[in-house]
Amino acid sequence: MKTLLNAEQIHATIEKLFNNIVANVSPESNLAVIGIRSRGEILANRLTRKLEERLGYKIPCGTLDITLYRDDLHAPRSGAQPTVRTTEIEFDVNDKFILLVDDVLHTGRSVRAAMDALTDLGRPRAVRLAVLVDRGERELPIRADYVGLRVEADANELVKVHLVEEDDVDQVIIEHADDV
Amino acid sequence: MKKNAFQWTRKHLIGLRDLSREELEFILDTAEGFEEISTRSIKKAPPLRGKVVVNMFFEDSTRTRNSFTLAAGRLSADVIEFTKKSSAVNKGETLVDTARNLEAMGVDIVVIRHSAGGAPALLSRSINACVVNAGDGYHEHPTQALLDVYTIRQVRGRLDGLKIGIVGDIAHSRVARSNIYAMTKLGAEVTLIGPPTLMPPRVRDLPVRVSSRLDDVLEELDVINMLRIQFERMGGNPFPSVREYSHFFALTVERMKRAKPDITVMHPGPMNRGVEIESEVADGPNSVILKQVANGLAIRMAVLFLVNQAAMQTDVKS
Repeated sequence: MKTLLNAEQIHATIEKLFNNIVANVSPESNLAVIGIRSRGEILANRLTRKLEERLGYKIPCGTLDITLYRDDLHAPRSGAQPTVRTTEIEFDVNDKFILLVDDVLHTGRSVRAAMDALTDLGRPRAVRLAVLVDRGERELPIRADYVGLRVEADANELVKVHLVEEDDVDQVIIEHADDV
Repeated sequence: MKKNAFQWTRKHLIGLRDLSREELEFILDTAEGFEEISTRSIKKAPPLRGKVVVNMFFEDSTRTRNSFTLAAGRLSADVIEFTKKSSAVNKGETLVDTARNLEAMGVDIVVIRHSAGGAPALLSRSINACVVNAGDGYHEHPTQALLDVYTIRQVRGRLDGLKIGIVGDIAHSRVARSNIYAMTKLGAEVTLIGPPTLMPPRVRDLPVRVSSRLDDVLEELDVINMLRIQFERMGGNPFPSVREYSHFFALTVERMKRAKPDITVMHPGPMNRGVEIESEVADGPNSVILKQVANGLAIRMAVLFLVNQAAMQTDVKS
């Protein structure tokens, strides 16, 4: 196991993501933030707080559970049975400029599922993707608009994001699948 | 750190008697995730896409049947509606043969209601498809009880320590039976209230208190579940008259004055207004009767989803 980002570096990386987003968001853009459960939700909350502070107005923030839209629902890659949790989006997504947030971009399948789930909720004006880490090894034609950290991880490596709200510590680690 | 995720392994839901507290809570938690689907503009999600659900109803039903149809549809399954009246059952085909024939058409989940207790269990041993009990005889009606406890949890936050009264025709009620299993496993204290003639045999074997006077226990109840008198299932005369029954057991405006102010009033439907419950109470501020119906949809989506998940996983393993 190797640490890619420690707590301090995560904060700096989120700051960088935030600055890139702010630089590209026009005040009239009708922005809303949606995090993919569960680490994306936490990052979305952190980003939203920062955005609200900077922009000076309330930004709608929600959480998307993509379980029902997964393409491996019946034969999960990890072997663990997927658990359905709640989608909590209290605002109308129609015509919003949606910033979709996840922790790690890998195969692109979660993002595909998230976009399908989002489409069932309405028709956003546009969707942009922000991720803390892009680790490569894509299986679908998907890319992120805002990336905190890029790493070239091998297929047999796992990049994991731990966040205080869920895991008691802020860190990004990389480990061999065999070690797990 | 999060605890290890629970694994759901049952491909049939026949009754709640054998389910653990953990399994019951897992169904309720899963149902929470399905509630949101019914609030969208597009009320559909894809997890049962390409699956076929058959509704085999050998008894009349409005709520349960429509709820299952809608639940299956919202999960993108195809639904076959099967009724006894228009089927070959009337030509002498047995239950198992009928189900096997439907299975040959590629049915994945059979939802069955039958007047004979044990019919769903028999079916689950005879076919490969998942079987979900939508009510069998006097045995169980698991999805009704699940939506009942789901509603209580939603309104009261928990079941632990709640005092729940189930009033009326317990003997003929599969709803009462499933309710007793679910509620007591989740930590509630259940009291059955009704005339002794409408108590089931061996009621002492159940983990409940029994009372033949509603007025004796009403004041202490947090939740009261009013059952319908099932005139169609009754032989003989279990009580002298409907008026006398109402006098002792109906939930009236007068009685509500003596109940706790925040008592939760439930009814599984269909109601006989004026018999077991007065209209003012059924439509009053303590009533969660329509909430129960709405929650039934989320519960049935969760059940259909979970049995299919378990079936798919056994397929993958084998």
